[in-house]
Amino acid sequence: MYVVVAGGGKVGWNLARELIEKGHEVTLLEQVRDRYLTIEEELEHAVQYGDATEMWVLERAGIQRAELVVAVTGDDEDNILICQVAREKYDVQRTIARVNNPRNRELFELLGVAPVVSATDLILRLIEHEVPSFGLVHLLDLHSERLEIVEVEVTPTSPAAGARVADVAMPDGSLIISVLRSGAGFVPKADTVIEAGDEVLIVLDPGLEDGITRLFTTAAA
Amino acid sequence: MFVLIVGAGRVGSAVAQSMLSQGHDVSVLDEDPLSHERLDAGLPSSWEEAGGRFTVGQGIELEALREAGIEDADVFIASTDGDNTNLVIAQVAQRKFQVRTVIARVMDPARATWFAEQGVRTICPTLEAISMFESAIGEVA
Repeated sequence: MYVVVAGGGKVGWNLARELIEKGHEVTLLEQVRDRYLTIEEELEHAVQYGDATEMWVLERAGIQRAELVVAVTGDDEDNILICQVAREKYDVQRTIARVNNPRNRELFELLGVAPVVSATDLILRLIEHEVPSFGLVHLLDLHSERLEIVEVEVTPTSPAAGARVADVAMPDGSLIISVLRSGAGFVPKADTVIEAGDEVLIVLDPGLEDGITRLFTTAAA
Repeated sequence: MFVLIVGAGRVGSAVAQSMLSQGHDVSVLDEDPLSHERLDAGLPSSWEEAGGRFTVGQGIELEALREAGIEDADVFIASTDGDNTNLVIAQVAQRKFQVRTVIARVMDPARATWFAEQGVRTICPTLEAISMFESAIGEVA
């Protein structure tokens, strides 16, 4: 696969190296001359000097034949522009953009730039996963498909504890897809009884999180 | 007419003053509080006294745009010093806030031309300078 990576910071440089080691053809674009020279000592011809938001720089890198463009500069506007131009002008089928400031996420969506990766969001997910007091853990978010999978640990005093799956008042647009108990997962049936301490996987439409949380966890008084 | 200008550099502040003096409502958004001085320059008192609005904030922050009044804007001018910022916020003004007239200043001729073809109205000072040089040379050649 031919990949163009825009931005030779820590993320971009390491990404380019990993992709090359996996056998992909990569061009990394870096606009700061000193940084470019440092990277060039290692990556040689796989790094080019220039501003990846300039069309001639993209064309020199052969963007027309790129199967994937990854925009990981430290500037959200630049990442948006690079992906937008790659898709709409050069017909690149797949782009991935880095979101530096999570508050800008909406702008990426608004301009059709997807998927996006936000380090802040990823770390937040890890915190949710490691600190159970958060209740609900996002395992998968498919923004454009409007689909989420969450994991929640059932607390003893919650409405769901001790109830049959069929009797849990799941909101429309949500479904229990798996139960993890004593380290093993299984697909529940209608008469499976949910126990306190179970970890339940639920697929749901975005926006139903609060109702789900109330069913499976009870906030400590 | 209500004009919102993002980026109070030489161009943005001059356009803001001229729009205000023509009797329009003008709101200016800039991330640098000191840019306010350029708006005051040449006025008898201050920009606000003369009827202008000024908000400190970044053009790519939706909250800052709302605070500066984008929901009521008839005209949106993107004149920050960043081409990519101007192109992104101009598209946000068009698509999210449905501002009727949106104009972005873009220094790079390639980006200015391509985005104009995509329906973003752009002004490219570089292209203007090139053609002025060409005609100035043409006069003496």
